[in-house]
Amino acid sequence: MKSKLVITLSLLTGITLALSVARLPAAEEQIEIEGTGGSKLIPISLEGFSGEAATVLKSDLEVAGFKFVTPDQAQFNVAGGNNPNVQGRLNDRITKASLLAMAYTGGSLRTQAHRLADDIVMAITRKKGIAQTKIAFKIDAGNTSEIYIADYDGYNRQAVTQDGSVVAAPTWAPGRLALYYTSYKLGNPDIYSQDLLTGTRKIVARYSGLNTSAAVSPDGKHVTLIMSKGGSPDVYVCDADGTNQKQLTKTREDESSPCWSPDGRTICFVSRIAGGRALCKISAGGGEIRRLRTGLVSNPSEPDWSPDGKTIIFTAQMGDFNICTVPAEGGDATLLVAGEDPSWAPNSRTVIFTKRAKNGKRFLSLLDVPTKHVKDIAQISGSASCSQPSWAK
Amino acid sequence: MKRSYLFKLLVLGLFLTVAATGCKKRVMGPTPIPGTAQKPASPGTAPRIDNVRPVSTPPDVGATQLPTDTATGGIPTSADLELIQGMIPDRERFKAETVYFDYDRAAVKASEKGRIETVANYFKQHSAEKLQIEGHCDERGTEEYNRALGERRALAIREYLVNLGVAADRVYTLSWGEDKPADQGHDETAWGKNRRGEFILLKPKAQ
Repeated sequence: MKSKLVITLSLLTGITLALSVARLPAAEEQIEIEGTGGSKLIPISLEGFSGEAATVLKSDLEVAGFKFVTPDQAQFNVAGGNNPNVQGRLNDRITKASLLAMAYTGGSLRTQAHRLADDIVMAITRKKGIAQTKIAFKIDAGNTSEIYIADYDGYNRQAVTQDGSVVAAPTWAPGRLALYYTSYKLGNPDIYSQDLLTGTRKIVARYSGLNTSAAVSPDGKHVTLIMSKGGSPDVYVCDADGTNQKQLTKTREDESSPCWSPDGRTICFVSRIAGGRALCKISAGGGEIRRLRTGLVSNPSEPDWSPDGKTIIFTAQMGDFNICTVPAEGGDATLLVAGEDPSWAPNSRTVIFTKRAKNGKRFLSLLDVPTKHVKDIAQISGSASCSQPSWAK
Repeated sequence: MKRSYLFKLLVLGLFLTVAATGCKKRVMGPTPIPGTAQKPASPGTAPRIDNVRPVSTPPDVGATQLPTDTATGGIPTSADLELIQGMIPDRERFKAETVYFDYDRAAVKASEKGRIETVANYFKQHSAEKLQIEGHCDERGTEEYNRALGERRALAIREYLVNLGVAADRVYTLSWGEDKPADQGHDETAWGKNRRGEFILLKPKAQ
């Protein structure tokens, strides 16, 4: 257990302030937690926190599938404080076992609270939390749009582009502070890669017609994308810098939104078969196009393959837009909530997606797939829209 | 650490070497659009991409410095795209010829063919000019699906033009998906106006 509490700063969490963590004296012995992580919200209580630390903790744990109840009704009790630094103890109310007792220093209260939330999630579910992860998305101000990154909850927003042009489809290079995205900056939809630490960017695909919907392979070495230079929007694969292109589909239909299986062997995308929109798969090396069955759910688009390989999440358009999941091998799709363009978190459980308000304005929202619990990210004031989220993995 | 990146930024100039290519003409089947060949570059036509401001990272982070690849050339880009850079766009000339589509369809409707024929006739008489077709969608589709659909619409118009005898290497396509609606409304009247293909006349640079 102790080894799991040792800090591991990944590249992505590393850009938040480095925290130091001290283990509080307390824990005597650990117990195995069973029966958690199902489709029910886990009742938990939170005491002693205030202000931003309390807000962040609540928000993180809500997104992670917890619900807040009074201490005597909770399965788990969290007690702690944030003056001057965040510290917290997690106890199992039934067994009285101490599961966690940590104190944090450094960083901001916000990052300390995220850290405690992740430690609580790990102690209870034995899975890595997502409270310290990043997202990328597009903000559309009307005539222009720009790419932004932020913490997964929408805070600490930073502009990635400042071109006054139109952008689309940001996506992360796995494990790196780097994005691929589409920009019309040079008068055509072209694909760029950009190192976020230096601001250096390079053209990956700039051909007549459409170049868009880049997705980087799990090993970071390849990119799948949509280009129309062959006469129709088709799926291609190339090296990470845009060289060594291979055309995977040669249909007269419009393919869109390719994504990778986590083993890097298969690409899932959208095409049109027998007049109807369908999710399809093709080997990343080329081959036959195979239809992915989605049961009674029709008009799919924007698939995203879960990092654990089990589930493909997508948008179904049957009147309105709905987020749906389907087993990666195909089958009956499950309709989850209203929304579009889902992107999996690294935990293969949480999803960020786009919602449309009645006035057409778009904003981002978080979905806990097993519980269908939805939490909206604070909207940007004014008429600007947020869309096309991509979760850093 | 930050300073060293800024220094690198100063040192870096990102000029792309660009491919200069010819263009194959073909009318049967899907028509490859200009700029599919990838040959080495003629300097001077390269698009310059400016780098952007790095995202800020707190000063005392334990962030690992990633290797930054400073290579600048070698990415094949379409020379044909550069051929229309600097041409003067006239968005008014063919405004009345805007082509409209059915929901979620890219087929050119019979009612729209006369407009494309008007454009084709113009191009048969004006050899120095080129054409960009912009494909658009209504908002009832997901964003990247619409970006592909908008391109199919532009390509469908282009194919019709090519079949009418307009040289394939004069006609460029560009999809805006749902990003540039003609009507900001959220009803069928607005959607019908937004599912469209617009013709932008590209005039040669002033002599």
